[in-house]
Amino acid sequence: MNDFKKTDSSADTPAAGPEAIRAIPVRHYGRYVAAVVALGIFGLLVWAFANGDINWGAIPDYFFNDRILKGVRETLVLTFLSMLIGIVGGVVLAVMRLSKNPVTSSIAWFYIWFFRGTPVLVQLFVWFNLGFVFEYVNLGPIYKDQWADFMTPFLTALLGLGLNEAAYMAEICRAGLLSVDEGQTEASHALGMSHGKTLRRIVIPQAMRVIVPPTGNEVINMLKTTSLVAAVQYPELLRFSQDIGTTSGATVEMLFLAAAWYLIMTSVLSVGQYYVERYYARGSSRALPPTPIQKIKANVLSLSNRSGGGAKA
Amino acid sequence: MSTGTNDTKNVPGAGSGTAMVKAEGVHKSFGPVEVLKGIDLEVKPSEVFCLIGPSGSGKSTFLRCINHLEKVNAGRLYVDGELVGYRQKGDKLYELKDSEVALKRRDIGMVFQRFNLFPHMTALENVMEAPVQVKGVSRAQARERAGQLLERVGLADKAGNYPSQLSGGQQQRVAIARALAMEPKLMLFDEPTSALDPELVGDVLDVMRDLAESGMTMIVVTHEMGFAREVGDSLVFMDEGVVVESGHPREVLTNPRHERTQSFLSKVL
Ligand SMILES: Nc1ncnc2c1ncn2[C@@H]1O[C@H](COP(=O)(O)OP(=O)(O)OP(=O)(O)O)[C@@H](O)[C@H]1O
Ligand SMILES: [Mg+2]
Repeated sequence: MNDFKKTDSSADTPAAGPEAIRAIPVRHYGRYVAAVVALGIFGLLVWAFANGDINWGAIPDYFFNDRILKGVRETLVLTFLSMLIGIVGGVVLAVMRLSKNPVTSSIAWFYIWFFRGTPVLVQLFVWFNLGFVFEYVNLGPIYKDQWADFMTPFLTALLGLGLNEAAYMAEICRAGLLSVDEGQTEASHALGMSHGKTLRRIVIPQAMRVIVPPTGNEVINMLKTTSLVAAVQYPELLRFSQDIGTTSGATVEMLFLAAAWYLIMTSVLSVGQYYVERYYARGSSRALPPTPIQKIKANVLSLSNRSGGGAKA
Repeated sequence: MSTGTNDTKNVPGAGSGTAMVKAEGVHKSFGPVEVLKGIDLEVKPSEVFCLIGPSGSGKSTFLRCINHLEKVNAGRLYVDGELVGYRQKGDKLYELKDSEVALKRRDIGMVFQRFNLFPHMTALENVMEAPVQVKGVSRAQARERAGQLLERVGLADKAGNYPSQLSGGQQQRVAIARALAMEPKLMLFDEPTSALDPELVGDVLDVMRDLAESGMTMIVVTHEMGFAREVGDSLVFMDEGVVVESGHPREVLTNPRHERTQSFLSKVL
């Protein structure tokens, strides 16, 4: 389209080359039909919700409520810390899994097998209820306390989510490390670089390209999974929303409110993910992919070009 | 372990004075498959030593043994008079620690068939990486030196390009500069031009020719018989893990004595 437009404008001045092509583009009638149907269904849905017994006004009223904001904060903190445990644990497990030592690699294998094979909700309950099994936390002279005092709901939530996440991150990191060509390790060793430096400077930066996209998914997943920790008495966004819902009678509205907040947070994270991916893509393709803003600009430009061309024709 | 000790030569372990690389009965197996079956050869300092032979004859494996990317199973391999990968005390061999192996690899540059540049670094960064990380050279100094090396291989204007933005020939020249940045006393080339389009081969060979003229000791696995004939000081023909024939390149290439050499050369020339 763009190219046609360019030749178009230059056609005003007598062109030396062959005449520019002006063809009628293929019409995709199926696409118009599909769009109309989809819009219709969407309209029906909007109509249904607008006429349902929903007190929409309650949502803006509570949107920036102190407890909601506290919930948002707790959700973000929990997501961040659990992912931190997950990523650090995942890297360690991945390196263990790939090690030549059969003991370390079996331990990693077993860990991953166990934590990936059981539901995270069950794991959370187990952490929560371990107090019935162990009365004390006893780390010898360093630390000794009653289990219940040690294992606060926060720690339960954090361990439950983080240790489970480590198992998933381990597989992601392992795939990333394996994706780096062996020639890279070899070239690095041939230059006299140690194993550690080779891993840090050569292998991991390249593995990141494979690791980052699924990790972004994991972060977004984690943000949503934090809503499960309400089950172990740790209050976060969902829990606070539900509480407000029961006291104010606006149960469904508060769930919508929570959903809106989750959407906002996941959207912000997706944008962040895009830029991190872009950073690690350097060197992998000849040109960096455009930023969303650059993309929007390009689209707007091509649209205005297109309509300009259409008006002319 | 003691196979292939040539009693006529001097005592193993004492080093051999002048040789840059010396192999005595080097054996290497991968599982049950014996790839090197007793290699004996000697590379003198400043020599350009060419290694030819059919695919699978063990040329790459031998090259990789020299900087201990592969472990030798039997025989002795010396670089600059020092045993590769082991330390000898009395008649016992002790394996070197990884850090000691790494220390020795600093002095041996290697250039690979598939370049193996670091794709996440620019040409300049590729060349700077090892001096900074391994030798602890300051970044400013390494950058300056890397610039000079890129100029030497004719790529001063490509310093900021990533490998994916370079042609194969350019990548290989960056790889040579990267190896030279460690100021090695020995350079190993494993078919440096065989992944290149014919018109790009010349540039890489020119760089190698310059390097040879500057007095670098080079072991070159190659199928470029023209290069071997012109630049090489000696040439070895390997087949099925043994040295079949060796001598001056012109001699071996024009008057191969061995029948296997003749049939190989008739195919590649
Ligand atoms: N890591 C390995 N494990 C098992 N076998 C191997 C390994 N590396 C090489 N080999 C085998 O050793 C033999 C010699 O391989 P090598 O790469 O040294 O041959 P080459 O002479 O360099 O051949 P080419 O000219 O094709 O590069 C081959 O048969 C190969 O299959
Ligand atoms: Mg080879």
